[in-house]
Amino acid sequence: MQYITLDTETDFDGWRAAARSLALHHVQPADVAWTVHGRDAELFVTQAPSPILAVNEGTFNVSSKFVDLARAAILHRDPERFAILYRLLWRLKDNHDLMDVAIDPDVALVTAMARAVHRDEHKMHAFVRFREIGRERAAHFVAWFEPEHHIVELAAPFFAKRFADMPWSILTPDLCAHWDGHSLSFTPGVSKSEAPGEDRLEETWRRYYASIFNPARLKVKAMQKEMPKKYWRNLPEASIIKPLIEDAERMTGAMIANAATDPHKPQKRPEALMIRTTAADDLEALREEAAHCRACPLYKDATQTVFGEGPKHANIMLVGEQPGDKEDLAGHPFVGPAGQMLDRALEEAGVDRKRVYVTNAVKHFKFVPRGKIRLHQKPNTPEIKACRQWYERELAVVQPDLVVAMGATAAQSVFGKITPIGKTRGRLIDLPDGRKALVTVHPSYLLRLPDPEAKVLEYQRFVEDLKIVAGLQKKAARAA
Amino acid sequence: MALKNKNQRLAHLFMVCSNIKLTAAGESIELVLRQIRQLNQRDFKMDVQRKLEILADAAKYDASCASSGTEKRDSSDRKGMGSTAPGMGICHSYAPDGRCISLLKVLLTNACNYDCLYCVNRASSNVPRARFTVEEVVKLTLDFYRRNYIEGLFLSSGIIRSPDYTMEQVVSVARKLREEHHFRGYIHLKTIPEADDALITEAGKYADRLSINIEMPEETSLQQFAPEKDVRAIRRTMGRLRLKLDEAEENRAAKTKARPQRFAPAGQSTQMIVGADSASDHTILHTSSNLYGSYKLRRVYYSAFSPIPDASRALPLVQPPLLREHRLYQADWLMRFYGFDVGEIVDDSAMLPLDIDPKLAWALRHRDRFPLDINRASREELLRVPGFGTKAVERIIATRRTTTIRLADLARLHVPCNKALPFIVLSDHRPSPHRLDAAGLIERFKPKATQLGFGF
Repeated sequence: MQYITLDTETDFDGWRAAARSLALHHVQPADVAWTVHGRDAELFVTQAPSPILAVNEGTFNVSSKFVDLARAAILHRDPERFAILYRLLWRLKDNHDLMDVAIDPDVALVTAMARAVHRDEHKMHAFVRFREIGRERAAHFVAWFEPEHHIVELAAPFFAKRFADMPWSILTPDLCAHWDGHSLSFTPGVSKSEAPGEDRLEETWRRYYASIFNPARLKVKAMQKEMPKKYWRNLPEASIIKPLIEDAERMTGAMIANAATDPHKPQKRPEALMIRTTAADDLEALREEAAHCRACPLYKDATQTVFGEGPKHANIMLVGEQPGDKEDLAGHPFVGPAGQMLDRALEEAGVDRKRVYVTNAVKHFKFVPRGKIRLHQKPNTPEIKACRQWYERELAVVQPDLVVAMGATAAQSVFGKITPIGKTRGRLIDLPDGRKALVTVHPSYLLRLPDPEAKVLEYQRFVEDLKIVAGLQKKAARAA
Repeated sequence: MALKNKNQRLAHLFMVCSNIKLTAAGESIELVLRQIRQLNQRDFKMDVQRKLEILADAAKYDASCASSGTEKRDSSDRKGMGSTAPGMGICHSYAPDGRCISLLKVLLTNACNYDCLYCVNRASSNVPRARFTVEEVVKLTLDFYRRNYIEGLFLSSGIIRSPDYTMEQVVSVARKLREEHHFRGYIHLKTIPEADDALITEAGKYADRLSINIEMPEETSLQQFAPEKDVRAIRRTMGRLRLKLDEAEENRAAKTKARPQRFAPAGQSTQMIVGADSASDHTILHTSSNLYGSYKLRRVYYSAFSPIPDASRALPLVQPPLLREHRLYQADWLMRFYGFDVGEIVDDSAMLPLDIDPKLAWALRHRDRFPLDINRASREELLRVPGFGTKAVERIIATRRTTTIRLADLARLHVPCNKALPFIVLSDHRPSPHRLDAAGLIERFKPKATQLGFGF
């Protein structure tokens, strides 16, 4: 039998050194008895320290998962923990994957112990209540806490980092932690009578606690699951839990029973709905009117109507398909990836973007949700038709000489019918109203092309198409 | 005699207030003014505790109290105070309603221009009104924080004067906490829809989380219940927040700038009231799914409409539908962590069952997919087994790499056996096909009739 005496209840390094030596000397777990200095004195006093501990050579590998778990589990109050951990270590020597087997009894036990320790640590972070001694600059903050496991050293650094600017002490029956503003120190445990009994803020805190509680939603078990009664004796707010519960049903009944009182001041009427001007000669009025459009169901899932933008009397109007994800959020057309592609191509073709009016055939974003992203969907004919009124009214205000339809949806809107791009693109087409139209692809089509070579080629064709726009723009500028 | 004295004094005060000159000897105007001031202080100046009661009471219908998921911060540089607990957040207390108390959750004022029927603070309500000064909220936050009562502050406000004025007031509390007191704890600010972009940017600089409540699952009910609120304005502001959140995230990832502009590292969230209007669970979940996808919300909170003091006659004043709220949260989890679409969880215009959870209800509708062999099924399939949580699934996948899972092992995997057994196959367990197909299977899962948790 090997008798091992560790320095303290939380002596992980001592346990580790001893366990390493024992395992290297092939000492069976059943042949080891563990204790802590000062505990079990009568049994251990006659036993000399185990000689094999003096021989400290060699190491062997165990998974880091075990080391992390053991560091926590050793803080558990179960006196058997040193033996349990050694038993698991013994088995790990020959089975490196054992830590992944959650259903193994030893793994499950140690995992549960480590979890209990971490929960206790978490509850200490939550339920410590500092009380102020002295005021202002001379104040010192002192708390009394009764942890379930040996967690004071584990939990203390959290408080040091959080309350670095104030001196504090956390007193417990096992061990006390102190922070003087520079370093942490630990002293032996004390009794509760050493701790201050009250704080000037506690009555305010209790009033807050009572006010934030909703008596109509009484769920006492849910509260007790997270804040078990064993913590109540050190929580200043716990003294009012019972009266609050007793009062809750009465208060809720009263709220339901009491008819509403008459308002103490005349109830404000909602302002009359904005009178919407239909004066179609003003882009701002159009934009405002379109913001409330309900002509098709697309408005429901979208953020906002994305209306056209640009100079009021631009002689070029670019028409795209519909706003995308980013346009929908920002409320401006062509600000997303397709917009950046368009900007680049316009610049390369020599078109002055600032002098172009940019809009979309459909002014709400159509998409299907796919997990956390919104997947663009092509608008259908009823949606294009429903939205065409806005395009027509934009056209009537802006009065461009040339309309550029980018993509099939835009072409359908511009020509009023389904128009294949392949047959019409790249040349000026006369519209019935005397304007010219140019058909090309939508910049997002270029983004979607998988083949890099095709991408370069198609981009060049797109720029070539836009050069026609540039030519017209320059001609118009010279004429003006 | 006493009454006569008092009357004389009141008359005297009246004259002073009305600027009537006093000629009587021995009565200097200064003396009387001091008396007025004292009276004012005693009678009219509400103390901070009373304000706290009113303004916490006014804030409690906002369900969110999260302090999790933000950046790591502490005060080990000894400049100021506070830290964050990245990951899980800390609940410093629990109220008897079972809700976590993590933050000092208050309104700056419960005076409000708006008249939203469901709201305790609506303009036409008779609740007492109060208003904190910026300094008072800052001091309360620091005093509570120092005693380890809270993780930080959740500040909201009634709309006073204008959205910009209100937002500026809310932001100035956060600015003072961060800039003057170097407060490193958690701050959640309510964002006022349509507030100026510069104010929103500043709010994001100081806050960990920003939120705007969508309030109602349908646009029509918002128009009906909250005539001054505009769902379009709410969504536009959520959209603006998402663009700023995306930008901050890109800057963090790129690490090109020395110090990228910080913007609400714990993201944005919202809240929907359940049970005030007639919206179905399908509508509610569809709206949630849309909001998650469109604005990358961290959370949608569901708040069962509960009776409020001095309620409007237009609302259902009944016990709040807490179980329905619970089922909605379960369904929300299925959408976010278990790979379910809204349409799978609940049919069009339908409600979630109250007696069994939504995943179990789904499994009972899709019995042809079961039983599943736990030792072989994919992660996606395992996530759909009733009773299996995400962590249990990870444990199963890790365990079965080295060993075979048997019936006796389920307890150690923390899986509720009663729920899962009819749907799974283990090396020593196979449910009879007859049992899985039986119409009475659902009875096995229905809760025994008990009182809903008032035991104490």
